[in-house]
Amino acid sequence: MKIKLVLHTVGKVLLLEAILMLLPLIVAVIYGEGDIAAFAISIAITAAAGLIFNLAFKTDGKALYTRDGLAIAALSWIGISVFGALPFIISGSIPSPADAFFETVSGFTTTGASILTDVEALPHGLLFWRSFTHWIGGMGVLVFIMAVMDKAPDRSVNILRAEMPGHSVDKFTPRASGTAKILYYIYLALTVIEIILLLCSGMPLFDSIVHALGTAGTGGFGIKADSIASYSAASQWIISVFMLLFGVSFNIYYLIIAKRGREIFKMNELRTYLSISVAAMLIVALNIYPIYKSAADAIRLSAFQVSSIVTTTGYATADFDRWPELSKAILVILMFFGGCMGSTAGGLKMSRVTVLMQVIRNDLRHALRPREVSSVILNGRRLDAQGEKQVLSYFAVYMVVISAAFLLISFEPFGFETNFTAAVSCVNNIGPGLAGVGPSLSYAGYSVFSKLILSFAMLLGRLEIYPLLLLLSPQIWTKR
Amino acid sequence: MRIVIAGCGKIGQSMIHSLVSEGHEIVVIDSDREVIDCVTTNYDVMGICSQATSCKALTEANVGSAELFIAAADSDDINMLSCFLAKRMGAKHTVARIRSGEYTSSDLDFMKKQLELSMVINPERLTAKAIYDILKFPSAVKCESFTRSRFEMAEMFVKPGSVLDGASLSDLRSRSGASFLVCAVLRGKSAHIPRGMFILRGGDRIGLIAAPEDMQKLLNNLGILQKRAKHVFLLGASRIAGYLSEELIRSGNSVKIIEKDENRCDEISAQLGGGAVVIHGDGAQHEVLDEEGLASADAFVALTGMDEENLLISYYALDHGVPKVIAKLNQEAYHELGEQLGIECTVSPKRITADVILQYARALQSSMGSRVETLYSLMNGTVEALEFAVSSDFEYTNIPLKDLKIKPDILLAGIIRGSKNIIPGGEDIIKPDDKVIIIAAGRKLCDLSDVIEQ
Repeated sequence: MKIKLVLHTVGKVLLLEAILMLLPLIVAVIYGEGDIAAFAISIAITAAAGLIFNLAFKTDGKALYTRDGLAIAALSWIGISVFGALPFIISGSIPSPADAFFETVSGFTTTGASILTDVEALPHGLLFWRSFTHWIGGMGVLVFIMAVMDKAPDRSVNILRAEMPGHSVDKFTPRASGTAKILYYIYLALTVIEIILLLCSGMPLFDSIVHALGTAGTGGFGIKADSIASYSAASQWIISVFMLLFGVSFNIYYLIIAKRGREIFKMNELRTYLSISVAAMLIVALNIYPIYKSAADAIRLSAFQVSSIVTTTGYATADFDRWPELSKAILVILMFFGGCMGSTAGGLKMSRVTVLMQVIRNDLRHALRPREVSSVILNGRRLDAQGEKQVLSYFAVYMVVISAAFLLISFEPFGFETNFTAAVSCVNNIGPGLAGVGPSLSYAGYSVFSKLILSFAMLLGRLEIYPLLLLLSPQIWTKR
Repeated sequence: MRIVIAGCGKIGQSMIHSLVSEGHEIVVIDSDREVIDCVTTNYDVMGICSQATSCKALTEANVGSAELFIAAADSDDINMLSCFLAKRMGAKHTVARIRSGEYTSSDLDFMKKQLELSMVINPERLTAKAIYDILKFPSAVKCESFTRSRFEMAEMFVKPGSVLDGASLSDLRSRSGASFLVCAVLRGKSAHIPRGMFILRGGDRIGLIAAPEDMQKLLNNLGILQKRAKHVFLLGASRIAGYLSEELIRSGNSVKIIEKDENRCDEISAQLGGGAVVIHGDGAQHEVLDEEGLASADAFVALTGMDEENLLISYYALDHGVPKVIAKLNQEAYHELGEQLGIECTVSPKRITADVILQYARALQSSMGSRVETLYSLMNGTVEALEFAVSSDFEYTNIPLKDLKIKPDILLAGIIRGSKNIIPGGEDIIKPDDKVIIIAAGRKLCDLSDVIEQ
């Protein structure tokens, strides 16, 4: 690993974070609630750290190999989480550093798991910063840097690969910066449309912006104790639809813009995503109908909760912890699936689900007719054996990570349901779980150790495990 | 500029390397998934894994908006077809690699016209031409010519202890009585554009510009002229060897080719019509080389498909006192290695082809102003020599050069005016319709006006 080059880039990321913190500073100034100084000091510290990294480590060689890209992604994400926690600590709203770190990691990784017991007490600047971290983390901070950089260094695609969710990066323009720009334009446009629609549905401006940011990053930080439940049915429907939209691969939007819409029909990932979501919505709606006694309510609540969980957002309009067991089971299973590859959603990703299902089908058919040759098709293309293997091994590592996280937090005196869903929810970047970490409760009860474990689990989930895991390997720290 | 490259072998990759560094937007189409993975990882380009003739892939690559489409796949037929399709889809310019020796130049002209190709490139023929130029003028390690051969550009090494070692440039000029210019010097890894007081040292690699007659005179007067090679020894009967032998035989040289594949021996012997001596034997065995009289050859050219073999056998030939040894190398990193072994003269088909494409791309970019007519990369790619045609709207015509503010690391090395060639001094001026030769170190020029400090 080229340690200097990596730290130089991390410095750049921190400088960008300092610039991005100006937005919550503006919000804080508008509301004048005493968090102005916290942001000003945090910006100064972050910018200073960024400059020191950026200047102290001059690049020592241009080429950026795979391992450098992975290290840059991992260290940048740890860096922005540490410095992003400063406003919470300095303002005194979240005095414990471990809590503030957990909250910020949860923000950047678009998890939305919170340690706050009373969200509404937070000043507006911090509320905005919490949701804004979702927006930045959703598409990725390195992708952002790529978008604003004119000429990317050679092999910089390695950074994109390390940060973008999904197992392959499809560029749709020759230059990485062009692709990153298009991604951010689409992202911004969808976010703005959602803000406008939410305003039309009667939501106040600040709430609209914050919820749109949370939806866009598929994050899930709300500003009310009951998440979205107190807003109008129209607002809830708008958020449901947009959650689903942000869980769709951004390649699809590009194809529509590029007038190549016909190719969308070949996207079997999208088909899987939509059919699983719709099926889950119907079953849950039928299952909860007896509680709400109104078809409209049952469908709305079910659609909202299913889209929220499948896209790993984590907003809630009802305390689904009180729903029947079948609905809870479906929601927990959906937690694993996640959105599409190339979207802002977390989880295993629908593309991998599609591949895994086909692998299982092929193996079964192979057992019946040993000579049969079958292939795995993903988005109109055959996936070769290497690609298949990558998906299978990712799935294995992913299960190991969930198990490890579950095991490590099982020292806590909470029940099996709480600990298990907390681990699943954090690794998949969802937010709420069941029982003790249900939608109306928080992670406040966990010990510092468990909070750090869960923070690490969220980062693992967001960066798709390998970058952070490789950071633990001693080999990456050597020059060879 | 948006460039689509279909087919990405060795040649394609080196084109990508130089075109990306010039800031072009590049889309690569290749049917090999591994190749696509490799180029998209190494360079900031978009890759499409598909046949180059697939309309779907061409649409995905947005060929319609591409300024340049380059077909460099292995097969001539695929290249022709994909260029044709790309042209029909709206690509502005198409370049096809067509390397079959079967096509005569009139065949190629006909195809160019019918398929509306902007250019046909044959890397093997270009390489053979480059080797032929060196053999004609063996004092140099590289030799190029500008418009109608009015100026020649030669790269050579300053041998320790030779007349050049320790001489200053102004001193050389008065001593030789010829009009010439040392336009670039590579010392170690850094290239300089030298001024008059510059003192040459042994081991320097220098670039000389002079009219052909002056070049002969200069080297003759300094006593470092090497006679042109008469008896040429070729190792490996590759396509390049075929083209090179044709040229050598035409100009009356004797050619001996050693090839270990019998069928290939038959083919090349038939192709050359008995003009060359074709030996069936393994050139890697020194007995074969010795028996065929390697030591008495004027020049040895290693053209096998293996870089390592070419390097080692060239070293062997050098050791046996062959005055001029040329090795064909594909790996960029081996050129320096060759120099360290004393094999000063290496040719790279990849680099030669990439230069031609670069020149074409630059000319397209500058089509508004003064056009790039010729582009050579010198000094292992650190310096460029460019020939511009001065357009009538060039602002700085008729101004004495000493009054022009020329950017640092740029040298105005020559002016061709009609049939006259001028090595410019401070009083000379640039006139419209002149051809101007510019040497630029570490700078990519597209237009003549980029030379002047604004």
